[in-house]
Amino acid sequence: MNAVVIGCGRTGSAVAKGLADGGWDVTVVDESEDALTRLGVGWRGGFVVGHGMDTSVLERAGVAEADAAVVSTDGDNTNIVIGQVLRLRYEIPTVVVRILDPFRAAFYAEREMQTVCPTQTAISALLDTVRANAPRPSTA
Amino acid sequence: MYVLVAGGGKVGSNVTRSLLAMGHEVTMIEQRPDRFALLEEELGPVVIRGDATEIAVLERAGIARPPELLLAVTGDDEDNLVISQIAKEGYGVPTAIARVNDPRNQQHFDLLGITQTVCATTSILGLVEHEIPEHGLVRLLELQREGLVIVEVQIERNSPVAGSRVGGIRLPEGSRLISVFRHGRTELVEPRTVMRPGDQVLAVVSRDSAPALQKALLGV
Repeated sequence: MNAVVIGCGRTGSAVAKGLADGGWDVTVVDESEDALTRLGVGWRGGFVVGHGMDTSVLERAGVAEADAAVVSTDGDNTNIVIGQVLRLRYEIPTVVVRILDPFRAAFYAEREMQTVCPTQTAISALLDTVRANAPRPSTA
Repeated sequence: MYVLVAGGGKVGSNVTRSLLAMGHEVTMIEQRPDRFALLEEELGPVVIRGDATEIAVLERAGIARPPELLLAVTGDDEDNLVISQIAKEGYGVPTAIARVNDPRNQQHFDLLGITQTVCATTSILGLVEHEIPEHGLVRLLELQREGLVIVEVQIERNSPVAGSRVGGIRLPEGSRLISVFRHGRTELVEPRTVMRPGDQVLAVVSRDSAPALQKALLGV
């Protein structure tokens, strides 16, 4: 199974390594060649330097044969556009898009996009932790 | 008319000034603090500060009314795409016109259904090609929504149609010859018009048939 990961920051690189450990053939795309070091010396997968908006870069990364894609650059709008290009133009069956802004994440989740919103996850976790540990405020 | 302008750079601010002068109601969104301060000093409450891809900012700007027209003219193509999508799909804004900064991103706007776009680079290139003859088919105007292109073709000595009456030329489906420019004058094309080497022919053609039209008129 082939996977493409767009954006090799802390999140993207860890997702790429996790998928590779699970037996996926993974190719990573990042604008900066330095990002390759985040994948570690033992990285056996592919690595393409370039911008994910550039279809020639996407095609070199093998999006035409990909079974899954993770889009996790540091720009919400960049991720939203690339995610739609991967799903609609290259017809990748599973495309997961990271969107930090909860409102945009919700908007696109309602429109056939598989989104992950780390901000919303943090908000929920923080609220749950406080509710579970703190005494209830009086409602008087 | 109520118009929402996302992006207060050279394009956004000048369009806003013109729209205001025409008597339209305009709200412009600008993110950069220094740029915003300048614009606010000049235009007052017409300008609001914020990231126009944030739904809360768009709502503060009145996207829910909704405006009759939205112009997504920031310097960032991803932002312009997302702003247009949120406006059209989320708030039912009838018309969104988006600026394409990098012509290589045009295909993404087309794919995502943002059909009304403006790209300075593409426009300039079209004009440059218009100035250089012996170019096959020059695209003068792209009508995105209609799927049509207005093109110009210069008839060469060895063109298969040179010396033929227009009425006898087999043109591809979805194409029409409009006019011929020769000896400094423009004439509308009629079935009896004869094509001559050196003629500059204007035609309207569906986007898909453009290569076939070029082949029919120039043989290549």
